[in-house]
Amino acid sequence: MDIIRFIIRRTFHSAFVLFGLSIVIFAISRVVPGDPARMALGYQAPEAVVERLRIRMHYHDPIFVQYFYWIRDASSGDFGESILTRRPVLDDVKQTYPATLELAIYGGLFMIFGAVTLGTISAHNKDSWIDNVVRVFAYLGVVTPPFVFGVIFVLVFGFWLGWLPTIGRSDPVLVLPPKVTGLLTIDSLLVGNMVLFVDAVKHLAGPSIAMAMGGMAQGARLTRSTMSDNMSKDYIAAARALGIHERTILWRFLLKPSLIPTVSILGLDIAAIIGNAFLLEVIYNWPGISRYAIRAMQAKDLNAISGTVLMLGLTFIVFNITVDVIVGILDPRTRLTAQRGE
Amino acid sequence: MAKLLSHSQTTVVDHAKIKQLEFKNRAENFRRRWYQFTRNRLSIVGLGIVVIITWMAIFAPLVAPFPEQAGPYTDFARAGEPPSREHPFGLDLIGRDVLSRIIFSLRPALLMGIVVLSIVVPFGVFLGLIAGYAHGTWVETIVMRITDIFIAVPALVLALAIASVLTPSLSNSMIAVTVMWWPWYTRLVFGLSSSLSNEDFVRSAELMGASKAYIIIKEILPNCWGPITTKMSLDMGWVILIGAALSFVGLGEQPPAPALGTMVSEGAKLLPDMWWIAVFPALAIVVVVLGFNLFGDGLHDALSAEKS
Repeated sequence: MDIIRFIIRRTFHSAFVLFGLSIVIFAISRVVPGDPARMALGYQAPEAVVERLRIRMHYHDPIFVQYFYWIRDASSGDFGESILTRRPVLDDVKQTYPATLELAIYGGLFMIFGAVTLGTISAHNKDSWIDNVVRVFAYLGVVTPPFVFGVIFVLVFGFWLGWLPTIGRSDPVLVLPPKVTGLLTIDSLLVGNMVLFVDAVKHLAGPSIAMAMGGMAQGARLTRSTMSDNMSKDYIAAARALGIHERTILWRFLLKPSLIPTVSILGLDIAAIIGNAFLLEVIYNWPGISRYAIRAMQAKDLNAISGTVLMLGLTFIVFNITVDVIVGILDPRTRLTAQRGE
Repeated sequence: MAKLLSHSQTTVVDHAKIKQLEFKNRAENFRRRWYQFTRNRLSIVGLGIVVIITWMAIFAPLVAPFPEQAGPYTDFARAGEPPSREHPFGLDLIGRDVLSRIIFSLRPALLMGIVVLSIVVPFGVFLGLIAGYAHGTWVETIVMRITDIFIAVPALVLALAIASVLTPSLSNSMIAVTVMWWPWYTRLVFGLSSSLSNEDFVRSAELMGASKAYIIIKEILPNCWGPITTKMSLDMGWVILIGAALSFVGLGEQPPAPALGTMVSEGAKLLPDMWWIAVFPALAIVVVVLGFNLFGDGLHDALSAEKS
């Protein structure tokens, strides 16, 4: 029961945040210097046509009314037409979104798995050379920007070693499977196309690992410190005294409480991953929503900018609720504080 | 008579002497903190990096081997020359010395950090103090819900969106990052100030009739400086990093002016043949961020040692 109430509270809060975000995005799309209608149609367009667009976009109404029309259309997925592609923004988003989602999912999985594994190894071999190597790696991982990882990965794994491809989602000679989920790794498995699956995984490896490195390093540091704190606690000493096997202690008693801080900062790390996608999709020429958004930003395509940013914000909020619910399940204390309304 | 005089002197409050004692106390405090700071060798490394890059940025025209090659300059005859004794980091696609460009690009990078923080910190701290002291009232609700909105979206994404609707330039990228950065200070200070506002010394100041402004500025704020300073030194690194990310996608400092992100993105297109054009600026970013991080961690140890 607790957990359901917690989820409802959290969803309400997120709905509020989403509402605020929509105002911010709307404001961004309206503070732009110049006339948006004129920008959308170009400088050669006759004044009458521009005026018609202004009326259609309600530019003569007060700003609150404009926002009302904008949010009404946006909530039904209508962001207008992209100047860049001359297609509805929604179509572009639909087409490019799965590629980014796939990248983010694999990046996220890699991040969690890597953070927990490295942190556990490090804590388990505390103050040994393994621990020191992991700590140095974690520090460098935190301070290295994702696009630097991207450049280094492209250079080392792509060109020098030749292990990983450096452009796109799949080899252009391979025939793509019918779109079911839009995630290439799943769609290729659904039709049993192993060649494409392996190819897709290879294409994913570079950008998804590069975007996960920062979060992974931070998670590893955190897991290490919580785990080594927990190791010196009485209940672990008691378990040892009872002669419980060291492996059981590690997996059954140490891992779960040590995961709580790591999982709860995952929300922030997802923000980082979505942000990182922007940079890595540019490096790897990945046909995702971030590369589309960057192109829209460079072209000042306001409809596409607001559509993509709102979509990414929504993704982030959904991921965040999921993380909070997982933390709520892992750590009963959070549910209590949420209930007390703190 | 002499005895009486000396007696009266001791009873009169000697302001100069108190000042002196306070100063001595402060100096002693500083010495202790400095000792704490220097106990970790990595903090010293961090301080060293910060000092060196700041020095290089200020004296860039003197430090850089080829200062004239940092900006608009072309020498197509020598374009894309690999690292050599004369040009340790090589030459870029239009024949400019990469090392000189890196040294000059420290200027916009540090400038961005300083400008963004000097706007964001007072603003964010002010809101955090107010919201924290007004804990449980509508003021807190409004301020903290607004910060929630900004914290709930990836900073880079919104900063990119803001930078893109403005004309791409260094100052507009600063505006974009500033808009996204203040909520973190508000949240940090809110946490500190809402817990401090329940402390006895604040309560007794209230009982003595001190004004709200006095309590916030004189009682609560001084106790927040440690975490704020630590966060500022860490954030110098992060702001420089996000600035590099903005210029990486072409929304920061515009060419031909040197910027770390722009150099990496231009060089990335030339991999693997002319790897030095991308790799050295990329490493420069890592070193800068690493320096501020190590320094910040050292400050954290030094400033929080007293409490532990």
